[in-house]
Amino acid sequence: MTAGDIVKITVSAGLKQGQITPTELCQKCLSLIKKTKFLNAYITVTEEVALKQAEESEKRYSKGQSLGDLDGIPFAVKDNFSTSGIETTCASNMLKGYVPPYNATVVQKLLDQGALLMGKTNLDEFAMGSGSTDGVFGPVKNPWSYSKQYREKRKQKPLRANEDSDWLITGGSSGGSAAAVSAFTCFAALGSDTGGSTRNPAALCGLVGLKPSYGLVSRHGLIPLVNSMDVPGILTRCVDDAAIILGVLAGQDPKDSTTVQDPVKPFVLPSLTDVSKLCVGIPKEYLVPELSSEVQSLWSKAADLFESQGAKVIEVSLPHTSYSIVCYHVLCTSEVASNMARFDGLEYGHRCNNDVSLEAMYAATRREGFNDVVRGRILSGNFFLLKENYENYFIKAQKVRRLIANDFMDVFNSGVDVLLTPTTLREAIPYSEFIKEDNRTRSAQDDIFTQAVNMAGLPAISVPVALSNQGLPVGLQFIGRAFCDQQLLIIAKWFEKQVQFPIIQLQELIDDYSAIIENEKFASVSLTQ
Amino acid sequence: MAAPILRLGCAGRRCALAGVKGASRHRRGAPNGFALNEMRVQSSMAPRPVITAQKPRKGEHEWAPVVGLEIHAQISSNSKLFSGSQVHFAAPPNSLVSFFDASLPGTLPVLNRRCVEAAVMTGLALNCRINKKSLFDRKHYFYADLPAGYQITQQRLPIAVSGILTYGVCEGNKRNQIITKTVRIKQIQLEQDSGKSLHDHPQSQTLVDLNRAGVGLLEVVMEPDMTCGEEAATAVRELQLILQALGTSQANMAEGQLRVDANISVHHPGEPFGVRTEVKNLNSARFLAKAIDYEIQRQIYELENGGEILNETRSFDSKLGCTVPMRDKEGKQDYRFMPEPNLPPLVLYDADSLPAGADSQQVVDIDYIRERLPELPSVTRDKLVQQYGMLPEHSFTLLNEVGLLAFFQSVIKETRAEPKLVTNWVLNTFLGYLKQQNLTVSESPVTPSALAELLTLLDGKVISSSAAKQVFEELWTGKGKTAAHIVSEKQLGLMQDQEALEQFCQAVMEQHPQVVTDVKNGNLRAVNKLIGLVRKATLSRADPTAIRKILEKQLSL
Repeated sequence: MTAGDIVKITVSAGLKQGQITPTELCQKCLSLIKKTKFLNAYITVTEEVALKQAEESEKRYSKGQSLGDLDGIPFAVKDNFSTSGIETTCASNMLKGYVPPYNATVVQKLLDQGALLMGKTNLDEFAMGSGSTDGVFGPVKNPWSYSKQYREKRKQKPLRANEDSDWLITGGSSGGSAAAVSAFTCFAALGSDTGGSTRNPAALCGLVGLKPSYGLVSRHGLIPLVNSMDVPGILTRCVDDAAIILGVLAGQDPKDSTTVQDPVKPFVLPSLTDVSKLCVGIPKEYLVPELSSEVQSLWSKAADLFESQGAKVIEVSLPHTSYSIVCYHVLCTSEVASNMARFDGLEYGHRCNNDVSLEAMYAATRREGFNDVVRGRILSGNFFLLKENYENYFIKAQKVRRLIANDFMDVFNSGVDVLLTPTTLREAIPYSEFIKEDNRTRSAQDDIFTQAVNMAGLPAISVPVALSNQGLPVGLQFIGRAFCDQQLLIIAKWFEKQVQFPIIQLQELIDDYSAIIENEKFASVSLTQ
Repeated sequence: MAAPILRLGCAGRRCALAGVKGASRHRRGAPNGFALNEMRVQSSMAPRPVITAQKPRKGEHEWAPVVGLEIHAQISSNSKLFSGSQVHFAAPPNSLVSFFDASLPGTLPVLNRRCVEAAVMTGLALNCRINKKSLFDRKHYFYADLPAGYQITQQRLPIAVSGILTYGVCEGNKRNQIITKTVRIKQIQLEQDSGKSLHDHPQSQTLVDLNRAGVGLLEVVMEPDMTCGEEAATAVRELQLILQALGTSQANMAEGQLRVDANISVHHPGEPFGVRTEVKNLNSARFLAKAIDYEIQRQIYELENGGEILNETRSFDSKLGCTVPMRDKEGKQDYRFMPEPNLPPLVLYDADSLPAGADSQQVVDIDYIRERLPELPSVTRDKLVQQYGMLPEHSFTLLNEVGLLAFFQSVIKETRAEPKLVTNWVLNTFLGYLKQQNLTVSESPVTPSALAELLTLLDGKVISSSAAKQVFEELWTGKGKTAAHIVSEKQLGLMQDQEALEQFCQAVMEQHPQVVTDVKNGNLRAVNKLIGLVRKATLSRADPTAIRKILEKQLSL
């Protein structure tokens, strides 16, 4: 049994054939959400909304008027997407209690397909982080910390004294979404991806994490981190599910002027049988000293796999890769400084009690509303944007960004179809280990393989490849040509089929886990092929 | 999508009409409240004495004042620059506010095509080069009526650059000589307006109205080619006429649709420009001229008395008639400009670059707009001069008064009187009455038709010129009577009966033999006396020309 077997067809087919009703499915997920509450995956659980939607979905099924593959399918949304009538916090004091009056386009599109919104998932405050540890609602715990696979390996080693601090991080910043999908509380989740925030937790949680091409999916309603790099991301248990979701989300949105006008075709993924015409590029700059030998070896094996199946695998160069982190730092903080200016306590969100003067109110509101990470980035960004610094920092960073994008262009123009890289340096690490470094250091380290893609606006996907010696997931990343998202997904699907990544075993986490997994109806929906 | 929906986004505890205590400093960029109605004052601005700043006083260096302007014109459009909310003046507070205008997180700007077209039209009318690619930038500053904390503008690459505005200044003793001057247009940029802050000082509160937040503005930057308040005010007036002719802005200064900032410095000719000050938020042409002239004099005085000019922002105190420094430090703050990442470059096309099969709703074609530009004021004035033999200064007056040209044209259309007579009556009698009573053309009690009828009567010699004045007076104070009605009621019609008039003449000659003798002795001026006497006898109902004819015949002159 592998994760790849949990194919969308089985879920929706189950619903269509009446083997399970949307309400039953919804209740299963709600029950799992409660059982896994300690993971801290959700900030808000929208139980009533979900049950009401399930009821409506059920009516449609009973009339034979299902809206499609996603009708009745539970999904979760990162808490930086606006949801009408549902609190949207960005895991920040600044937006606690803020209830948007509108839905983000991507949320609306899923709702229009009859999908069930289970809740809003946890993240680093305003998506600034790579661990999902720096939100006001506390850190997210990786479900794999409690998996049979991980626990079995650990028994061979001495247990640590403080068991509670021994859990693993999910990666981030879309860690809540990743944990939610990984723990079976929903079938798909929306994340956001600015420097790797979808792909990174996908890799650490054994999921498929898709970052579509910039401009393919609307950002309207996504509370921005870096407008020029943000993309709604998709977290699922298999590539086909990601393709279905992307098919629904993609397309021009009149409310987002950066979406492309070309009509988008539905993403149907034919099964690739022959990779002999494929050229896979291996960027040599991605072989960094910090890369764990295990990940490196899996990366190398993956390359061999393609080669053994007839694909052309070549080493390529992305010479400006090493400048990516510092370039990203300047561009990201500058846009953050600008985007965060609206949080002034006047129109919405937190407002301090200080009313001495307008300036004092602004200062106190923002000091109370933002955490150190956000305030630090605002400070740096405003520094880079100062008149005397603009040329030396922002303009230079923009030029470097262009060079980084050109690196990719050159490689793809030379005939490479797809790049194969690691997603992360290593598998998930314990929280206690993670917090030894500060947010900035972690973000810089952890985005190393993912961030350049955002600078270039390219589509990329992290696919789980195998478990490490510790029994934890490792993901590899494929990077495609701009707007060739479908080709990327087809290749990822082929790869997914070859590697047969194992399904997470959560028996020790959820006492009646086997009952849930082996429950006849549930199993027939999610686990049979 | 107005305030009620917005409140949902505020978690039900606070609406957009936010009260902010202690926000009492001066405002940058736009007037705080409503301006006085200055339109009619401004129209009487033309015949003001030339200021004396340029003229050197005895024994002193000559000073050359330098004046540049930044003008914000609100674009006349149904919806805002980047959102779908409507644009209306004086709508209930916060009733025209979309989620984007209130800067709800996650909202994005969507460029309004109409505003782009308005900018292109204005650029073409001001002889600018239209940039086929222009960019948007964010300009950051914190203020209660700027919800996003930045304004979207075009700092790096504006939509139009390098234009020329031609305007005419009245000179000469009688101020009847039109001197043509030009000012270079540096650039025209599209940008968002801010909301309005109303400072309630007694309660130490500020009320914010976001109706205006996000309305499209054209910022027209004029090079420092002007030298005095009158030039600046006249250039602004000409721009205002152009914007109104194009329909790109209502450009009503009283409603804040046209706002002017002036950059002013003085220097000795041949030397580099002096340090400049910026006088902000001038919302009437009269105050603009006054503020500039005051500021020029102030700077000269400062410099001549050993003082120095600070590069500062000042405001005009219309009550005191002087400029005062704005005490906040905003003028010196760093706006931390950066590219607006949510708007792709604005690309315009012309006939050559227009892609084949392009959807005309998706592209803006500069040539298409150029071909359909309406008639500009300068052309209208030339036509008036050519068509009606009018003096150039008269054509200026006709256009400068709001509604006067249309009034004139209606009269012309409906009367048989000569254009010269119409021009004379409209510019002297009619305009004189308006000025005296401080009324606008649209408020006039006399309609174009009524004046047309009166002038037809005058032209057909049914009434005399002096009777016509009397009729006009009646029409003005009138009770809805027509000119013909007034003429018959007051018996103001000229005597059309030749025999009766001859009898009047005969009687007058008999009654005044001495005058007749004077005439016969060669004192031709005495004829005029006789004419006057006949007119008096006819109660001014006789045409003097007709009387003269009869007298000359009877006296065999």
